[in-house]
Amino acid sequence: MPSVEKALVIRHREIVPYYYELEFIAPSIAQEVLPGQFVNIRVSNSLDPLLRRPFSIYNVDKKLGSITVFYKVVGRGTELLSLMPIQKRLDVMGPLGRPFSIPGNINRAYLIGGGVGIAPLVYLARVLTDSDIKVKVLMGASTAGFICGRDMFDQLGVNYLISTDDGSEGLKGKVTDLFEQQLFLQDCDYIYACGPEPMLAKITRLALDNGIDGEISLEGRMACGVGACLGCSHPVLKDGNRSYAKICSDGPVFRIGEMLLHNGDVR
Amino acid sequence: MNTTDRKARKKSRITPDLRVNLGGIILNNPITVASGTFGYGMEYEPFMDIASLGAVIVKGTTLEPRAGNPPPRICETPSGMLNAIGLENPGVKAFINQHLPVLRSRKTTVIVNIAGNTVEEYAELARTLDGQSGIAGLELNISCPNVKQGGLQFGTDPVMVQELVAAVKSQTSLPVMAKLSPNVTDIVAIARAAERGGADCLSLINTLLGMAIDIENRKPFLANTFGGLSGPAIKPVALRMVYQVASEVPLPIMGMGGITDTRDVIEFLMAGATAVSIGTANFVNPLVTQEVLAGLRDYMEQNQITSVQELIGAALPQGLPKKGSAELT
Repeated sequence: MPSVEKALVIRHREIVPYYYELEFIAPSIAQEVLPGQFVNIRVSNSLDPLLRRPFSIYNVDKKLGSITVFYKVVGRGTELLSLMPIQKRLDVMGPLGRPFSIPGNINRAYLIGGGVGIAPLVYLARVLTDSDIKVKVLMGASTAGFICGRDMFDQLGVNYLISTDDGSEGLKGKVTDLFEQQLFLQDCDYIYACGPEPMLAKITRLALDNGIDGEISLEGRMACGVGACLGCSHPVLKDGNRSYAKICSDGPVFRIGEMLLHNGDVR
Repeated sequence: MNTTDRKARKKSRITPDLRVNLGGIILNNPITVASGTFGYGMEYEPFMDIASLGAVIVKGTTLEPRAGNPPPRICETPSGMLNAIGLENPGVKAFINQHLPVLRSRKTTVIVNIAGNTVEEYAELARTLDGQSGIAGLELNISCPNVKQGGLQFGTDPVMVQELVAAVKSQTSLPVMAKLSPNVTDIVAIARAAERGGADCLSLINTLLGMAIDIENRKPFLANTFGGLSGPAIKPVALRMVYQVASEVPLPIMGMGGITDTRDVIEFLMAGATAVSIGTANFVNPLVTQEVLAGLRDYMEQNQITSVQELIGAALPQGLPKKGSAELT
């Protein structure tokens, strides 16, 4: 059940320009939160900016009761958050949203992340590994310096492949190209993907064409985070009809093929 | 009062009476939640006992289900937000079958916000909801800025407002509250029209029509082009309108618009509101209603105010018009 906690910031650092790792103590949320869920954070105590900002969960330390989020400064809200010093209290609401599911019949999963979309896949990789599911991570970034989560995957002993737009590391291209390239191996029976919408659209098409099931995690502007305001609605196909699903409470995790995605070849 | 009196009074603890009568809708306290900001109550149940609220005003309900507007539907603005949800809701039948029984089981005071395209639709909604137990009153949404038909076009025309309120009143025994739009030149004229139509109380204000532009793509940010502005940015406008209407029209008022803390609540009460609704602030702080409820109690205890009635209209130079419209019966 979600709650609001005044969380003590214990670590906050810029990993590479604009990319931050933030760890805070929020015992109730940490006990409950599952991979794919998110927290809604007030970036300042003032009424401007007004709304909370959603962040996926990068890592959880249940013993310490801490949560780590990984974020990129993209606007005023995240910029203000980036100034939050350690030892201060942060107003955190969570856990929110539908988590990734872990079907009983899967053995080998691909975790596909674009940019900061890799963040929720780190915690997921840990949980999947604990469930003896073989994990391969495909991650893409604009350049090698912006690849995140590498140290965490190393710790877990998880295999990962990299693509970069500029070719500075791994495959030169998009993470969708990397996925396409790996498909012939047929070493995957489930995928989990998170990243920009056009990427998810392409991943969805490739997965469906190859008969692979899985889940995607969407991002969206939201206000309440609990399904009350209907502000984050995203188009969905339901029984052949177009309707809307709430990213915050029906998602952010959705089944592959469930959502109508922009730039996507919709089914 | 001399200092010894004051000391003596300070020692005697009082239990403030928070009950109010909003035109026949009896509320245990004046803190309610605004339609469209609290879903059907369950969304906020992890954070509070929703029966502790004066009332829950549920999401705008129409005869048939509505999908709502395409995204983007919301946009943050300085100390506020724009929304153009477009009355997404499952329709009145689903409300009665799915949501109302749950609310009833929680013993929550429920006010149903209804919206239609025509006068007949409003009347049919009122008729459909009339026999249902667990509803304390109806709020007429005659001010939604985000739907093509109905909504705002009703709320800006005094003749239509009177006709609509009268049509609804003729179909229901429930108290009827007309929700007024701020997007008019003279809100008092609209309030009077609602009074002539037989409204039992008024709620104001709905959102202010606004917009934002996406400068990268050179187009309106919201898919609906325009949206309703809410949040602390609109509070001074809302307070002014409550004050104006309360000065002139002898109907109890549910005041709302940008309320975020106890001080705001007291300001609206003093401006003449009998009760208040918290809207956008629920998104910012899901515990806000509980905090202002405790804050109001503390304020009354500290100031030896035995009944919230003493605060209602306290800032109006002439007091509330005609007989005290907010007295408990």
